[in-house]
Amino acid sequence: MDQLPLLFNTPVTYTVTEFSRMIQSVLNDDRLIGATVEGEVSEFKQASSGHYYFTLKDSGAAVRCAMWRSNVQRNGGFTPRVGDHVQARGTIELYAPRGDISFIIDRLKPLGVGDLFRQFELLKAQLIEEGLFDQENKRDLPIFPTRIGVVTSPEAAAFQDVLKVLRRRFPLAAVILSPTLVQGDSAPPAIVRALAALNARDDIQVILICRGGGSIEDLWAFNDERVVRAVAASRIPTITGVGHETDSTLVDFAADMRAATPSNAAEILTPDIETLQISLAQTRRNLQGIASGIVASNRQLLDDSIRSLRRSSPTAVIAEQRQRVDGWGERLENRQEAWLALLHEQLHSAAAVLNAHDPMAPLHKGYALVRHRDTGKMIKTIAGAATGDALTIQLQDGELNARVE
Amino acid sequence: MNDLKDLSYEIAYAELEQIVRQLEEATLTLDISVTLFERGRLLAAHCQTLLDAAELRVVQIDDPV
Repeated sequence: MDQLPLLFNTPVTYTVTEFSRMIQSVLNDDRLIGATVEGEVSEFKQASSGHYYFTLKDSGAAVRCAMWRSNVQRNGGFTPRVGDHVQARGTIELYAPRGDISFIIDRLKPLGVGDLFRQFELLKAQLIEEGLFDQENKRDLPIFPTRIGVVTSPEAAAFQDVLKVLRRRFPLAAVILSPTLVQGDSAPPAIVRALAALNARDDIQVILICRGGGSIEDLWAFNDERVVRAVAASRIPTITGVGHETDSTLVDFAADMRAATPSNAAEILTPDIETLQISLAQTRRNLQGIASGIVASNRQLLDDSIRSLRRSSPTAVIAEQRQRVDGWGERLENRQEAWLALLHEQLHSAAAVLNAHDPMAPLHKGYALVRHRDTGKMIKTIAGAATGDALTIQLQDGELNARVE
Repeated sequence: MNDLKDLSYEIAYAELEQIVRQLEEATLTLDISVTLFERGRLLAAHCQTLLDAAELRVVQIDDPV
């Protein structure tokens, strides 16, 4: 009776063999049988038996592989090299006695350009859709980049090419190299880290990302999604120079500027010191010329002032004033005479006019001027006076008082 | 006025160009013009020295981990 609960609560204990069989049954999942896997070859070994032992990996994981000699032969004898991208078909197997899990491969082929292009096109389309390559997001590169960050391999010829161009064109600059691998499956995360290291600094004006020419597989890291996204997101402006002139990788679209080659990138980035020398010489000449001009014009002003001063000296002024006064005096006399003559004439004319319009002239002829005695108002018609009104009659030699009858 | 020796080429040349522009306008007094010209002359000499003595500097930052 007491045993019953014990039976239900006791955890099962397996033997190793039983456990191994359980693992095996899980590995019998359809997806692990006849599976196709793509990856990079590392740790390749060909045993004396003719079997191939190698590892297939990417940046996240690795799988041990084995290819029996019979399958190698059936596969056409293709022998992968370390670093190759391959496509393998096989089945996961557990070698129970050792507990090793291996991918037993029956078909193996190198990943052709066709497969890579397919991946390239898919990723490119997706990133375009996301707007990562939009022209509006492209920033201008600094005109005077005295501090240039470079992401590349220090041993690569590409780096030496860049330095050569910079020394020739723009020795005023300082180069800050952030070293990285530039091919292989470990390259993408390394490139991303190298880029981040430069972006974390506050003394870099532009970042040049480059590597020399190679096969499409060699350049593949620069098509890697992680690298492309990192370049697009770079805080500091970027310029890429990857491969030869005809090569195009996705980082070229993500960067703010692209160049055909590493050397070309260094050229695009920098002003030519020759041009700077010429500009400086010209500016110095301008400076000299303007200064001479200012002195000359000031000298001219000075001369003019001296001449003015001479003309305005006291002696000169007095003499001139005297001349003026004398001259005026004579003219004044002439004018006075002329005025007198004019006045006389005007008087005569005025007198004539006055005489002609003398209101008293009719009186001399014998006419009388009749007015109301009290108001002085003139009476011109019989209606202007009533019987009994007091009148004054003005004659040429005096007045008479009268009353209307 | 900043110490001439420490000026970068870019900044020194920009100041030099500005001085030339100011002098070209010819609206300044003779006094100021002379002062500016002197400053311009020193800037130009400094720029020339920088260009003639320039050598590319290369540093490698620590392997980013």
